[in-house]
Amino acid sequence: MLTKRIIACLDVDDGRVVKGVQFVDLRDAGDPAELAKRHSESGADEIVLLDISAAHQRRSTLLDTVRRTARQLFIPFTVGGGIRTLQDAAAVFSSGADKISINSAALATPTLITEIAEHFGSQAVVVAIDARRHDRSWQAFTHGGRNSAGRDALDWAMEAESRGAGEILLTSMDRDGTASGFDCDLTRTIADRLNIPVIASGGAGGARHFSEVFREGHADAALAASIFHYGLSSLGDLKHQLAEEGIPVRWPC
Amino acid sequence: MIAIVDYGAGNLVSVKKALDWLGQQCTITSDPAVVRQSAKIVLPGVGHFASTAALATSGLQDAIRDSIGRNIPFLGICVGMQWMFAGSTESAATPGLSLFPGQCVRFPATVKSPHVGWNQIENSSSSRLFRGLPAASFVYFTHSYHAPVNDSTVACCEYGGKFSAAVERDLLFGVQFHPEKSGEAGLRLLANFCAI
Repeated sequence: MLTKRIIACLDVDDGRVVKGVQFVDLRDAGDPAELAKRHSESGADEIVLLDISAAHQRRSTLLDTVRRTARQLFIPFTVGGGIRTLQDAAAVFSSGADKISINSAALATPTLITEIAEHFGSQAVVVAIDARRHDRSWQAFTHGGRNSAGRDALDWAMEAESRGAGEILLTSMDRDGTASGFDCDLTRTIADRLNIPVIASGGAGGARHFSEVFREGHADAALAASIFHYGLSSLGDLKHQLAEEGIPVRWPC
Repeated sequence: MIAIVDYGAGNLVSVKKALDWLGQQCTITSDPAVVRQSAKIVLPGVGHFASTAALATSGLQDAIRDSIGRNIPFLGICVGMQWMFAGSTESAATPGLSLFPGQCVRFPATVKSPHVGWNQIENSSSSRLFRGLPAASFVYFTHSYHAPVNDSTVACCEYGGKFSAAVERDLLFGVQFHPEKSGEAGLRLLANFCAI
């Protein structure tokens, strides 16, 4: 049976892993290559590295960090942050990433999704959507949650799929950093309307939150950062618990 | 030397990285002469079946056929494996190499497509490729089309029906999943291929 993926995310600033609470108050959690390897060994199904400062500071992704991290990683590796052109994406792929994640640039230039998908395949294109609740729907935000994109998140997710996105990385801005659980309503609303996998993100605080987002949120994968870095929840314990609850996971791996 | 065939598609860097990690001499090449001189050939691939058309026009297909005829071990990955079949409904105009019978087809509408993620396979204990791997290994897939089960199937996977996750006959090997992205299990499979 296809398993539900647990994805460890590394938010990277200046080559170091940091994690913000609602994207501010950054704390240093270490070296990306070391952390990625550690997460992979303890059972992460995938690693996502997001250069969180890239979009608003307008600097390119740290290819050295990507290269160093990819060298000892033999599970899928996604890199996002600051990818604005096909050339940016190509450089990230040739540094060892398997997928790229685009957010602000895709909203500004939706044809970028198709352009990258045509060159590298849809499986290599993750469109990240930062969504914040607005009445009964969700709005998409750009630049690390700083600016409203003026787009309905579901609408944008459907457009991204039709333009060639292979997966959607859906972050709840309302839950991010709160450890109060994923936004299951948001995740389900989007996952049920798409034919491509949806990765839920934002709000993970414990194992219960993961089982909720798989069962109630219909997520194909769930992503978390700080709870893994600081050892608040071991990946092995998490997967063991999910397996006991009957959720298909890659365990033991 | 292992040739990793570059025909403008696929996850060449990841495959090279994994073979490097295993201490294997390997090179990414689009030169038919280099392919002909190699002791083993790996044909990666992700994306559209039509991308394999470049193999025929570049002379790489002839080089691969010659090598296979000289009993050079060959491993096709993802679209590289699909190319070993007669063809794919993804691109009817692009013939495969017909090393294995049947057409690759799309997943039914009853499941999300592409099939992305870690799935468990039933792998045969007599397969050389799967030597030393657990009988129900987890491996990483990302594809929308899949190959039928046939006499050479050494690993099956279930997703909207059963399909061939791996085929093996003599020195011909094909895997639909990505061993270079399948953690320890994938590295062991690649090491097995390198040891053949």
